[in-house]
Amino acid sequence: MTIDPRQFHQVFFEESFEGLEAMEQALLTATPGQVEAETINAIFRVAHTIKGGAATFGFERIAALAHRLETLLDQMRAGKRLLDEPAIELLLGGVDLIRAMIEGARQGIGIDDEAQVGYISRLEQAIKGEAISPTPLPSAVTARPEPAPKAPAPGWRIRFRPDPSILAHGNDVVLMFRELSGLGDFQVKADLSALPSLPELEVERCYLAWQAELRGAVERRAVEEVFEWVADESELEILPIQGRGLPQPAAPVTDEAVPSGAGEAVPAVAVPKAATLQEAVRRVAAEPGGSIRVSIEKVDALVDLVGELVITQSMLSRLKGAVVGELGERLVAGLNQLERHTRNLQDSVLGMRMLPIAFVFNRFPRMVRDLAAGLGKQVVLEVQGESTEIDKTVMEAIGDPLMHLVRNAIDHGLEQPQERRSAGKPAAGRLSLSARHRSGSIYVEVRDDGRGIDPAKILDAARAKGLLSGDAPVDAEAALNLLFHPGFSTAAEVSDISGRGVGLDVVNRNVRALGGSVGISSDLGRGTLFTLRLPLTLAILDGQLVQVGGSNYILPLEAIVETIRLEPARLSSLAHWLELYLLRDDYIPVIHLARLFQCREAACERPLVVIVGYEGHRVGLVVEQLLHQQQVVIKSLESNFWKVEGISAATILGDGTVGLILDISGLIQIAGRVLGETTGWRPHRTASSEARP
Amino acid sequence: MAKILTVDDSRSIRQMVSLTLRTAGYDVVEAADGVEALEYASRNSVDLAIIDVNMPRLDGIALTRKLRELANWRFTPILILTTESSQERKQEGRAAGATGWIVKPFDPDSLLATIRKVMR
Repeated sequence: MTIDPRQFHQVFFEESFEGLEAMEQALLTATPGQVEAETINAIFRVAHTIKGGAATFGFERIAALAHRLETLLDQMRAGKRLLDEPAIELLLGGVDLIRAMIEGARQGIGIDDEAQVGYISRLEQAIKGEAISPTPLPSAVTARPEPAPKAPAPGWRIRFRPDPSILAHGNDVVLMFRELSGLGDFQVKADLSALPSLPELEVERCYLAWQAELRGAVERRAVEEVFEWVADESELEILPIQGRGLPQPAAPVTDEAVPSGAGEAVPAVAVPKAATLQEAVRRVAAEPGGSIRVSIEKVDALVDLVGELVITQSMLSRLKGAVVGELGERLVAGLNQLERHTRNLQDSVLGMRMLPIAFVFNRFPRMVRDLAAGLGKQVVLEVQGESTEIDKTVMEAIGDPLMHLVRNAIDHGLEQPQERRSAGKPAAGRLSLSARHRSGSIYVEVRDDGRGIDPAKILDAARAKGLLSGDAPVDAEAALNLLFHPGFSTAAEVSDISGRGVGLDVVNRNVRALGGSVGISSDLGRGTLFTLRLPLTLAILDGQLVQVGGSNYILPLEAIVETIRLEPARLSSLAHWLELYLLRDDYIPVIHLARLFQCREAACERPLVVIVGYEGHRVGLVVEQLLHQQQVVIKSLESNFWKVEGISAATILGDGTVGLILDISGLIQIAGRVLGETTGWRPHRTASSEARP
Repeated sequence: MAKILTVDDSRSIRQMVSLTLRTAGYDVVEAADGVEALEYASRNSVDLAIIDVNMPRLDGIALTRKLRELANWRFTPILILTTESSQERKQEGRAAGATGWIVKPFDPDSLLATIRKVMR
């Protein structure tokens, strides 16, 4: 057991301050000499509580002082002394001194000894002033005295006859014996002689007595402690076992003469009882009680296993039509039930990985305050949606990117108070952090009402850096997106453009690695908004199965915009696997997946084009067939195989085959790259191309 | 999971007791004074109660006496927490029906060792 009492110190300090405050109030409003008993009781309890806490948490001097105050108050409680003006003054002095001592303890500094000694002697005089001798300090205040080392006996012979009423106190002899057997070799015999005849027997009384032998190097005190609570009402005899030594040959036996006549004196045997005690404690600790602290690896192993179960379940569900008749119906019913339970199990297991995003958000109030103070800015932080739950792995990965965005917002986004005032804004900048759950994704926003980002300056910098060639017009959104370009962030000029480029490529990369994305929008002079879209979980995916080259692939369902039948007349070829397709009034790139992946192109009468969208970019994917939709368990391809361009991960399908999950953003990038090389086209966004929610 | 009721008007002591017990795998119910505890006890059973002596409204000794009057509490182990190591308080507790006592100050380890004396 490793519980550090120091973790309760803060609560103890607060509770003591509150108590002292109440005590002070009561003393200040009291009419000297006419104080009601309940008021004195309340003051007494404050001193008592502080004494108990201080002694427990190791503040012995505070405990000692509180004890003296308690003694004085006890005299008043007993009516032996009046709570008069001098007494009130004395007690108020005590309040001040204890408060100072607790404050000192909180800050880890000592308190002027003289003040303490002076006060305590006044207090002692007052206590003695009534010719009542002060109650001695209980051992509570000083360190608990160590029991005097006593030579252990080879064992003890115990005779125990409890009071018949022992059970009515909740004491249980069996438990005492359990404790004794933890100390050494314990043998017990019941003495039934006092047992009355059946008609006279009262079931709630204890008529038994016991004779027992406890062998081992056990200190008498340890045995006495077992009977501590019942000794006064019981007949109890604890005698050392004489003559027969312990069967412990290795134990050194002193040659010192045994004092004659001393019943307890036996040769000292230097065998520590600690070993047996430890063992007993371990045994007790190992008893089932249940803790919920589980390592994340174990949860992940469970997630994996459930994933396998889902696969097995979907394999089985293919059997639904295989059996006809009544047996078939029962099979279908059973399989449906299995499917429901499996889904529930999966949800529960995945839920174990979910934590409220507050775990990440919580670090910001302090950070924002410190940063703002350091920069001489005024910042009001607003946090919304902190109870939104998010996968633990995702949460760990977004901590740094979020920190970066917040730091940037305060450092470069928000202006100095006077600058804000002259721009007609409140002096204090507003920074808001929010999280919400929408259509299978988590959206986290970092918004400030600062000076915003000027797209023109970004374009200038990008041209100077050679990231952009020519003077072709670039819309504001595309310009802002340049901030995520790795080359941009390293440019020295960025700090002049409100510094927003610094490290943003890292933010972007980290979020993308999670399967998410970062969006930016800015209103010059009004503020900037960063939106992080994050997957709800990294473990499963709602997928659309498609057939390409005779094999099964999975498309993330949320990426699909629409599916159309391929009309060859609308195609204009660019590369072997890439063509442009006239979709209504717009050309979009179309990828022949079978050709890209260099697999055998299956003969297909009427191929389909699945239009997928990602962050506003669209691309068509030529497939042979749309199959069913299902939830798939994501298995990393990289850790089980190696990274394949255009593929994000793999899964195992219901029939046991491996299905590859298409990487939509990767495919769009590949298409963009090739298109850019051949035509100068780059993926662009159109309002209508938003991925379907 | 064994359930333990801890009754103490001191927040810090109550927190230390309950965290210690929870960490050791027990289920813990907290009450800030005797009245609160009695209210709970009249509707629930527990495996052990740890009760502070000095409390407002209803003190630990009186609470123990009242608990023993409840049918479902007749044999429940009750330990009283007391800073007084005096024989007088212990006897008062025993007379009221307490199973035993724990003398303050105590540390988490000794608390656990003590309650194991009365827990099955």
